[in-house]
Amino acid sequence: MSVAKPLPHDAARLHVTGAARYVDDIPAPANTLHLAFGLSQIAAGRITAIDLDPVRKAPGVLRVWEASDLPSDCDCSPSAHDEPMLAGHTIRYLGQPIFLVAATSHLAARKAASLAKIDYQSRDAILTVDEAMDADSRFGEPRIWQKGDAGEAIDTAPHVLEGEITMGGQEHFYLEGQAAMALPQEDGDMLVHSSTQHPTEIQHKVAHALHLPMHAVRVETRRMGGGFGGKESQGNALAIACAVVASATGRPAKMRYDRDDDFMITGKRHDFRIEYRVGHDDDGKLHGVEFLQLARCGWAQDLSHPVADRAMLHSDNAYALDHVRIESHRLKTNTQSATAYRGFGGPQGMLGIERVMDHVAHALGKDPLDVRRANYYGDFAEDKAQSTPYGQPVTDFVLNDLTETLKARSDYTERREAIADWNAQNPVLKRGIALTPVKFGISFTLTHLNQAGALVHVYQDGSIAMNHGGTEMGQGLFQKVAQVAASEFGVDMDVVKITATDTAKVPNTSATAASSGSDLNGMAVKAACEAIRDRMAEHLARIHQDEPADVVFRDGEVHVGGNRLPFAEAAKACYEGRVSLSATGFYKTPKLSWDMIKGQGRPFFYFAYGASCSEVVIDTLTGEYRILRADILHDCGASLNPALDKGQIEGGYVQGAGWLTTEELVWDDHGRLRTHAPSTYKIPACSDRPEVFNVSLWDGRNREETIYRSKAVGEPPFMHGISVLMALSDAVSACGEAYPALDAPATPEAVLKAVRRVRGVL
Amino acid sequence: MTIAFLLNGEKIALSGVSPTATLLDWLRDERGLKGTKEGCNEGDCGACTVMVQDADGAKALNACILFLPQLHGKSVHTVEGLAAPDGTLHPVQQAMIDHHGSQCGFCTPGFACSMATAHLNGETAFDDALAGNLCRCTGYAPIIRAAKAAALEPVPNHIRPDRGFFVPEISTGGPGDSQSPGFHAPQSIDELAELAARLPDATLIAGATDVGLWVTKQLRELGEVIFLNRCEDMQHIEETETHLRIGAGVTMDRVHKLMEAHFPSYAEMIRRYGSTQVRNAATIGGNIANGSPIGDNPPPLIALGAIVHLRYRETHREMPLEEFYIDYGNQDRHPGEIVVAVSIPKQADTLKVYKLSKRFDQDISAVCGAFNITVENGTVSEARIAFGGMAGTPKRARAVEAAIIGKPWSDETLIAAWNAWEEDFTPLSDMRASADYRMSAARNMLSRCLLEDLGAATSVLEVRA
Repeated sequence: MSVAKPLPHDAARLHVTGAARYVDDIPAPANTLHLAFGLSQIAAGRITAIDLDPVRKAPGVLRVWEASDLPSDCDCSPSAHDEPMLAGHTIRYLGQPIFLVAATSHLAARKAASLAKIDYQSRDAILTVDEAMDADSRFGEPRIWQKGDAGEAIDTAPHVLEGEITMGGQEHFYLEGQAAMALPQEDGDMLVHSSTQHPTEIQHKVAHALHLPMHAVRVETRRMGGGFGGKESQGNALAIACAVVASATGRPAKMRYDRDDDFMITGKRHDFRIEYRVGHDDDGKLHGVEFLQLARCGWAQDLSHPVADRAMLHSDNAYALDHVRIESHRLKTNTQSATAYRGFGGPQGMLGIERVMDHVAHALGKDPLDVRRANYYGDFAEDKAQSTPYGQPVTDFVLNDLTETLKARSDYTERREAIADWNAQNPVLKRGIALTPVKFGISFTLTHLNQAGALVHVYQDGSIAMNHGGTEMGQGLFQKVAQVAASEFGVDMDVVKITATDTAKVPNTSATAASSGSDLNGMAVKAACEAIRDRMAEHLARIHQDEPADVVFRDGEVHVGGNRLPFAEAAKACYEGRVSLSATGFYKTPKLSWDMIKGQGRPFFYFAYGASCSEVVIDTLTGEYRILRADILHDCGASLNPALDKGQIEGGYVQGAGWLTTEELVWDDHGRLRTHAPSTYKIPACSDRPEVFNVSLWDGRNREETIYRSKAVGEPPFMHGISVLMALSDAVSACGEAYPALDAPATPEAVLKAVRRVRGVL
Repeated sequence: MTIAFLLNGEKIALSGVSPTATLLDWLRDERGLKGTKEGCNEGDCGACTVMVQDADGAKALNACILFLPQLHGKSVHTVEGLAAPDGTLHPVQQAMIDHHGSQCGFCTPGFACSMATAHLNGETAFDDALAGNLCRCTGYAPIIRAAKAAALEPVPNHIRPDRGFFVPEISTGGPGDSQSPGFHAPQSIDELAELAARLPDATLIAGATDVGLWVTKQLRELGEVIFLNRCEDMQHIEETETHLRIGAGVTMDRVHKLMEAHFPSYAEMIRRYGSTQVRNAATIGGNIANGSPIGDNPPPLIALGAIVHLRYRETHREMPLEEFYIDYGNQDRHPGEIVVAVSIPKQADTLKVYKLSKRFDQDISAVCGAFNITVENGTVSEARIAFGGMAGTPKRARAVEAAIIGKPWSDETLIAAWNAWEEDFTPLSDMRASADYRMSAARNMLSRCLLEDLGAATSVLEVRA
């Protein structure tokens, strides 16, 4: 069986030799046009005059398009049809594309785009959540979900606490920027190569822009150089632009954003402010909690509703809350349209309740882990029902055992004592430690997205080609699913060819998002393999006088009627016996039912769990800090590939820590993003990973019937980064009496500010 | 003028190319070598890293801000040239597979080149060697595991080129070469001084770690360009009884090694200055002449009383470095005048340098403070303190110095000096830090000096789990 083996990424050899091909590496025909957008230099207002002659006259420029030149509105929105590719006269954010240049080279297009002369009439931009609340600038009505009576429970609790936490957004910083190429085909058809997590969406939006049926547009995606949610909808504009130009000129068109443009144009993680009021007892057990979640969504709706929903859905994290009220506002601002980012609102909601736990523990002078444990859901017991604030039964909770195991393995208790001693002896440096849990819901909350298709061919030489709707962005999905196919046919991995995601092979796919890739596509591929295998078994059983159910596919052979046929021979025999060796597979996640307005039902098939323990040290003179050690125990169910899963956990933790520490997005008063390149926006570098970094997989099988009883792993480990922020809070607490109330990202400046707050010098 | 170099072992001789064409664009667009990636086009992500070898050894460099003329006489290995001709992977490539060091794979070619360079050089401080390579997927742990495993393997033969291989065979062209107008590559300081005087508006290009961005980000046409990389006599380090004299063309990597022996705190700051790729290209002269208020060399150099040496044709000038910086964007350098060297008076090592940034490695300083304080019998006898990031220029803290000289080296003195800081500095708020934070941190850095002298642990970098 190939499943459960720690095989390397399927493209590892191509990666290390530079032979792995990304969109910009695909050989382009000699007459290919290169595109660039001209961007708005104001955040809100109108264009009063626009002179694009200098752009048109620039060397190498073939043609320039304004909004009025386009064949349609070229809407780029994945949700609300509110994102015209080019702004007309109304400007909604600084960085919004206004015109499109096609030139003979990438550099010529960029240079030309900088030459436009545009006069604007600015109006006051709405930049912050407070400004948006004041102006009632929002998407939809506030959403309110309740369980029990939070107000009453808080008011009657022994202790009441209030506070708030702001958490910044996050730039995806996929190493490969957004890119697309369109190649015009005969009869007006269009072939699009796109660095996208959602080929079907690209197909849909390109078809719409060109007034074509979807069958006239084919989208292919072999791989992305990172996605993290940033290529779920943000690639639409480039693909549409390429298709429009290719359609208008009959020439291939290619577009990739320069890194600075990528920062200025595309959406990021939603920043949030979460205000809380909580009632608790002496043990830290919460009696009631109220959350007010303010999400800054930017100028267009994009995926903000499901993101903000998921923040609400993770307001409980690992904690059984009987009385809870969550109020969510989705605020419209003159900034980039915030979009999907690993965790999809989950991290923000989870950080809200983790802050509450930290705050309550501080108020009681208790170890925050004890307060957390006092509020955990219980282990599953038939006679003891427990459910989330939205009414989903929690039947697979493993965190009690998992937390105890991690606590022991990480020597949490001993280290906590040692740290207290160390801090007492060190006036300048202070250490801190925190252990935090993750419970993350798996499934798209828009229920119909939980479906997948696959296409599998067995060729007469016994080689297998496999295709499905999932996209490869580095997570190793293709390898995991290939392991499923190889296991189903009992063949070696090199027999299975992994092919690019292609809307002509598998239609109507969902984005590779919500950690769903392996769950959905693994099952779809399994179904297709089973269909072929059953046909082969039936045919071979007939020839060899055996029962189909007794035919075994194992170790590259088919065992039938006492014979052992090499798989290739078996395939040839089936071909000659006129057996169909091609099949589609389909899967839809069972048991889901969800009312997103009421906030009631079962949005998730199951939960993925984990916990992490981080230790940090801070400098109380400058606020600088290091992560010294991290221990993580994470639940992947029965892992399809432990090596790839471990990679997701290590990488997720560091990316999550980056979100909460050094990754600071700064907009100035004019709405201009000032951190628009890696020179100013600081993702973790090599030395920022914890020097001691212990990651283990929790040994367990998914209670639900997922692919080989595995669990999704893309997003959940990201939230282990929360233990870093909590460890920083713990270290700051060592400086004085007051609560640190550390906001995120906890830059050195933010840490020093918290130190001063704790010391009462602020 | 011809540019000659080896590319993955193949002889290349280019003429007529734009002097500001980058190696990255040339590799991808002209040679069809797509393994070298563009991640940021400004030298901050390392996806475009290549290995460049010359008589000084092997260096990792960012191809996105490396102009073709800078390669003259060198040997370049791209990711396509790391594996042996028979396809056997380089040990770092094999280790990256074995240890799951790639996920999306886009940063991987750059990592492979940085790792192969470190491997060739026997460098095992991987956090430093790889600080200039960003990975968004792995969290770096498997990459470091791969680097450690590969370090045990021998260097493949094909990675070591013949030194001084074939440049003498190549015609360097003549003054009548019309195919590269505006392209100059003087071979000595004398030639440079004459050329710079004749072309006072020309852009001087040394390491191109800043000028590269004028081309790739600001999309500027540079006009006349003078490359300094062939002026070998500007790349000398001279040590006399009284001074260290550092040629303007000395790279920051070499300054780092020099300072390890003389001023370790300065060296520790340089360890975090840019990245390996940047330090291998950037020169101390470029950093000084650039005049940026957030350059990291001027604060320690000013604190050490360094002298900058200027030249216009045959006229030589020198001045204390702090006097070179007149105002934001304005240095005491006449048109056509060049910075040829900086010299540092030798002294007992009393220098402490603190670089403060959001991220430790490869980040531009919010504040860089340099403290050269001599304490005799508990009293401050001398103090030269300088900062970057606190004013429109690198600037001495003269009021603070005055407030502590002659006073006991104590907390009370620092408290008494509180108001002096506002006489010296009115910092700005920007995306790196607020004015308030800059001021607080600067004040606290002086406290850190004192606490360090009192024996307190003050560096988070020295704490282990």
